[in-house]
Amino acid sequence: MVTFIARRLVVSVLLLLGAAFIMYQLTALAGDPLEEFYQSRLPNKNQLIAARTEALQLNVPAPLRFFLWLGGAAKCIIPFANQCDLGLTAQGQKVTDLLPQALGSTIQLVTAATVLAIVIGITIGIVSALRQYTTFDFVMTFVSFLLYSLPSFWVGILLKEFVAIRFNDFLGDPQLGPVWIAVISIVVGLIWLGLIGGELRRRVTVFLVSALATAAVLIYFSLTDWFLHPNLGPVLMLILSAGVALVMTALMAGLKNRRAMLTAGIQVVLAMICYFALQPLLNISSIYTILILALVTIAVGLLTGFLVGGPDRGLNMRVGAFTAALSAGLILVDRFMQAWPSYLGESAINGRPIATVGSQTPNLPGDIWIHGVDSFTHLLLPTLTLMLIGFAGYTRFSRAGMLDVLNQDYIRTARAKGMPERVVIVRHAFRNSLIPIATIVASDFGALLGGAIITEQVFAFSGMGALFQRGISLPDPNPVMGYFVVIAVMVIVFNFIADMTYSALDPRVRTRG
Amino acid sequence: MSIINEGEPRPVVDAAEVRNITVGKSQGRLIFDRFVRNWVAMASLGVFLAVIVLSITSIGAFGIPGWWKWAYNDLGTGLLNGGAPTLSLVPQWLGGDGIHLGEHPFGQTLIGIDYFAMTMRGIQNSLIVMFIIGILCAVIGTVVGAVAGYYRGWVESVLMRFTDLVIVIPVIVLGAVVGKIASEHFKGLGVLGLSIVLGLFLWTGLARLVRGEFLTLREREYVDAARVSGARDARIMFRHILPNAVGVVIVSTTLIMAAAILLETGLSYLGFGIRSPDVSLGLIISQNQTAFSTRPYLFIWPGVFIVVIALTVNFIGDGLRDAFDPRQRKFVPRRMKERETAS
Repeated sequence: MVTFIARRLVVSVLLLLGAAFIMYQLTALAGDPLEEFYQSRLPNKNQLIAARTEALQLNVPAPLRFFLWLGGAAKCIIPFANQCDLGLTAQGQKVTDLLPQALGSTIQLVTAATVLAIVIGITIGIVSALRQYTTFDFVMTFVSFLLYSLPSFWVGILLKEFVAIRFNDFLGDPQLGPVWIAVISIVVGLIWLGLIGGELRRRVTVFLVSALATAAVLIYFSLTDWFLHPNLGPVLMLILSAGVALVMTALMAGLKNRRAMLTAGIQVVLAMICYFALQPLLNISSIYTILILALVTIAVGLLTGFLVGGPDRGLNMRVGAFTAALSAGLILVDRFMQAWPSYLGESAINGRPIATVGSQTPNLPGDIWIHGVDSFTHLLLPTLTLMLIGFAGYTRFSRAGMLDVLNQDYIRTARAKGMPERVVIVRHAFRNSLIPIATIVASDFGALLGGAIITEQVFAFSGMGALFQRGISLPDPNPVMGYFVVIAVMVIVFNFIADMTYSALDPRVRTRG
Repeated sequence: MSIINEGEPRPVVDAAEVRNITVGKSQGRLIFDRFVRNWVAMASLGVFLAVIVLSITSIGAFGIPGWWKWAYNDLGTGLLNGGAPTLSLVPQWLGGDGIHLGEHPFGQTLIGIDYFAMTMRGIQNSLIVMFIIGILCAVIGTVVGAVAGYYRGWVESVLMRFTDLVIVIPVIVLGAVVGKIASEHFKGLGVLGLSIVLGLFLWTGLARLVRGEFLTLREREYVDAARVSGARDARIMFRHILPNAVGVVIVSTTLIMAAAILLETGLSYLGFGIRSPDVSLGLIISQNQTAFSTRPYLFIWPGVFIVVIALTVNFIGDGLRDAFDPRQRKFVPRRMKERETAS
């Protein structure tokens, strides 16, 4: 195993060097950084040319210049020495000063999109595998093909128009008309009907219950101006966290497991107590307080599971931790919602919250909750764009993977042993179908970091993509190379993680030294 | 029958009996039949061909004029009705204006160029890019993958390490840099230059797949048989092994083509692809995105055509995959139903 890892590391470093060399030469071919001066009529034209030639070492031929650049870049490996030198931009800024901020906002963008795409994509993929050749399956297959064929810039602009501008207009007078309520309720009802399936009678019940519930909630929202003063409130909080507890128990332990039910129930009670008790603390919280609270939450969940668990501790601890984390998340969502009215009232926002450009409102006063809402409104549309396109791939992969697993002999064995269907699906099939997906997720994440260029351009988001795009169109080689090094390292690292995960999850895959 | 009873005279076979003998279908025929039975793929093929025919005949190609009255660079007779689209699809008996194209069905740009002609030109360019990238990738990827998989050893190492190198660079980044190079150095070639340069870099994924296929196929008995009977390496590779690996090549070429149109439009949107005054669907979207709220028709149509082309090509690719590899369709609905009724 050690030789395998060492070998992979050496190969990865060589790959990185080779790719960097190719990229450097291509960037050098892509244009002359001095071009803007040739046509200029500035009196000090010659000095400018000489200065930039000096700064970017343009008098050295490109293949050799690469090694000068590499010499500076190699210093990045020395830990804590802070000697990293990725060259200067055409304007004379250090590339290493530009990278961290750009990388930060891109990671923020890509992480949320990837996580959402994975969760939704895998859920839908697996449900459509379980309901193969039903209407739901066909509709989802078509939708995923459609999303797969969408150009991201087009989706982005459509979202800007239909989600941002229309929603902001809607907030001016937040009353849903009866037609909209009917349409939304019917669509929600159809989605639930497709997800749950079953006999005709059950389907009709599911459809009616979910559609009517949605309609009731929407009417309530409309009448109380909920969209201007959103909050979960104690009632919704209780209903939602009880729902979370029920779903977690049903998925992980089965509803007949009284101990798991108790563990989850305790979490709901604790969450309700915290909801009232923690508000003053949350008002003055910083990001670190929230992190600590999150850790405490998960620890409490695990502890409850440990104490209540009896013979099946591991399972109860998992149920406890997941329920605790999700209900605590609800408290946070509620707190962010409480910041919404004052966010809307800010003069910089002026009642039109969903942003179409940039990654934050400049000079926005307020606490972390206001800033959190601000990041949310800015990230919403680009995240949605990336998510819609990424989600299509995961749906297809997880559907194919699940079908593959369901066809295996051990699934038949499990059913023949008399295992409940839940256990067969969740324990035997689902876990094994995740193995190939885990590797795809890891290698996709690296690729997505690089692929967000178009989305960043549509939403004028100042991340890595913008850095690259500015660099290549000027052309300005060093930022391009700085971008490339970060992305290539990410791609290689995540591919490495993908390989490691695969051999860890599937013992049949041998690691050859 | 006749072969077993060697000594006896051959039985006379009459014409009626010949007709009853089922003729074995060739592998190609089986694949073709499976593809034709897939109605989604067939419908997609129909729509795709219709788009090609529409784009070529309307504004013409290769210097031959088409049936449409404007050209993509024609300033026309000035703005009619503020450039609003004249296309109407609602029949008169439904209270609409009746079905007609009108003077400028997709509207006009601000300087009066007919938008229908521009869109058609954009489609043509996208199709050219798509097909050239597809052909280049198929040829280079197949040759590299075949040589690497067949010879193995150091040849394989060198070729595959090179493809690994290129794969490390994300496609859109590679595309942007290469697109910039094409516009710097091959300005005169325009669309052709862009697609050739892109095609020279995008074959790596296909090469990997073909190599994988060759690695397993080269161990088959028929390869040994060919070698023993004195066939040269090139003949074994391209006459004996390749026909058995052709499914992989065709399917992944189709998928590359679907990705290529999204890549080209994306690059043109960013400004690294096709440049003005020529037209690309991505370029006209980027030129008109700010006018969305006032003139949405300038934005909708190019996007719709991108989606239609990419979607149909993806469905065709999926249909081809099913046709070439029926084993992937493990769950046959009829069999599932039989099983359910049996249990």
